[in-house]
Amino acid sequence: MSISIKDLPDFEYVLPGSAACAGCPSAIALRMVGKALGENAIMLMTPSCAVASIGPLPKSCYSIPVLNVCFASAGASAAGLAMALDALYEKGRLTGEKPTIFNWAGDGGTYDIGFQGISAAAERNDDFIHFCYNNEAYSNTGMQRSGATPIYAATTTTPLGKEVHRKNLPLLMLEHRVPYVATASLAYPTDLIRKVKKAKDIRGFKYIEIHAPCYTGWKFPSSDTVKMSRLAVQTGSWLLWEAEFGKVVLNSPTSLLAAEKIKPAPLEEYIGKQGRYAHLADSPQKEEILAAMEKEIRRELKFMAARAEL
Amino acid sequence: MNDRSIYPLSQPVKGAGGKTGSWRTAKPVIDLEKCSGCLLCWLFCPEGCIGKNDRSIDYAYCKGCGICGAECPKKAIVMVKEEQR
Ligand SMILES: Cc1ncc(C[n+]2csc(CCOP(=O)(O)OP(=O)(O)O)c2C)c(N)n1
Ligand code: SF4
Ligand code: SF4
Ligand code: SF4
Ligand SMILES: [Mg+2]
Repeated sequence: MSISIKDLPDFEYVLPGSAACAGCPSAIALRMVGKALGENAIMLMTPSCAVASIGPLPKSCYSIPVLNVCFASAGASAAGLAMALDALYEKGRLTGEKPTIFNWAGDGGTYDIGFQGISAAAERNDDFIHFCYNNEAYSNTGMQRSGATPIYAATTTTPLGKEVHRKNLPLLMLEHRVPYVATASLAYPTDLIRKVKKAKDIRGFKYIEIHAPCYTGWKFPSSDTVKMSRLAVQTGSWLLWEAEFGKVVLNSPTSLLAAEKIKPAPLEEYIGKQGRYAHLADSPQKEEILAAMEKEIRRELKFMAARAEL
Repeated sequence: MNDRSIYPLSQPVKGAGGKTGSWRTAKPVIDLEKCSGCLLCWLFCPEGCIGKNDRSIDYAYCKGCGICGAECPKKAIVMVKEEQR
């Protein structure tokens, strides 16, 4: 499936003048997702920046039906909605194409607070897409660290840098053996849209995680949201892959990095531009820490390349 | 219709967050002579406020993030500092 930007529809999920920060990655990602899924969709959201972006009642920046649900119930709510629709179609009370049901949740909502419900829905193979837009912190409440915050990154609750590694949630979802799991990046929009379109046409549980560099929390200029997304992929800090029923395929350029056909971009180019790593710049352990981060990147690349062999 | 309940139901509108153009400190200005029509600015703009057909920018809502300028491969968009309002 090749995607041409010119052929994408004009239709927008996010209307101009939302309450999101200027340059918000969630808004960019959701606009792209809308162009892949189309109008016939219902979105569920857990508390997050994406909810705060809606604007005050009675206005909404989103053009499709949206349900705000609590953190713990993302898995159960989307599953219930999908099952209710199935029942209505079965009874003939609804006809035509079933709307795509999807969750739009942050990393806090996915990795940490909502995880048990999402895991249960994945195990039951309920029919919806769970999107995680991963801005690597609890942004809406003031940038507290989450299970997705990378090691060494400073947040308001890890002012000296996080001391432990992030979880690998896409991998955990993969090992639920669901029909489709993918990672995506704002800087590779045609890859992202292709993956969302693919997920739309598969019945059962789908998980797509979109890396979402947040300039407010990571402390870089708002104009660099997409640039930071690109550097994350080019340095190997964010890996692009997809898996149908557990069979992993690495996507370009991650596949080229793993095969050592291209060299990763220098890590300092990525983290050096983010204020959340500023404490490393004049740390006596700077070289040691950079080497450890690069080693971790190589480990993850090797791990996913080997997982793709299975 | 005797239902007098008030539902917490919002409706989609432009400017749900207000006239967000007033947030801008720099304004994107596009030189259509340089533009190749690749539509990357249209796709990347978080506000969706760049026209797909004519690349016109809706300054009532453009927040001035500068992503369109940073991503334009033809350098057809420059960010110009806003004068004092
Ligand atoms: C059970 C519960 N705990 C805490 C909160 C407060 N809260 C609202 S939004 C939010 C942050 C969510 O982070 P994430 O899911 O990563 O989304 P982001 O804000 O980063 O977009 C928190 C902790 C809540 N609403 N409900
Ligand atoms: S804090 Fe980050 S994720 Fe939240 S609205 Fe602002 S830019 Fe978007
Ligand atoms: S990104 Fe630049 S070249 Fe491409 S459509 Fe926009 S203004 Fe034109
Ligand atoms: S500055 Fe930002 S909001 Fe304004 S048109 Fe460019 S990308 Fe859109
Ligand atoms: Mg988050």
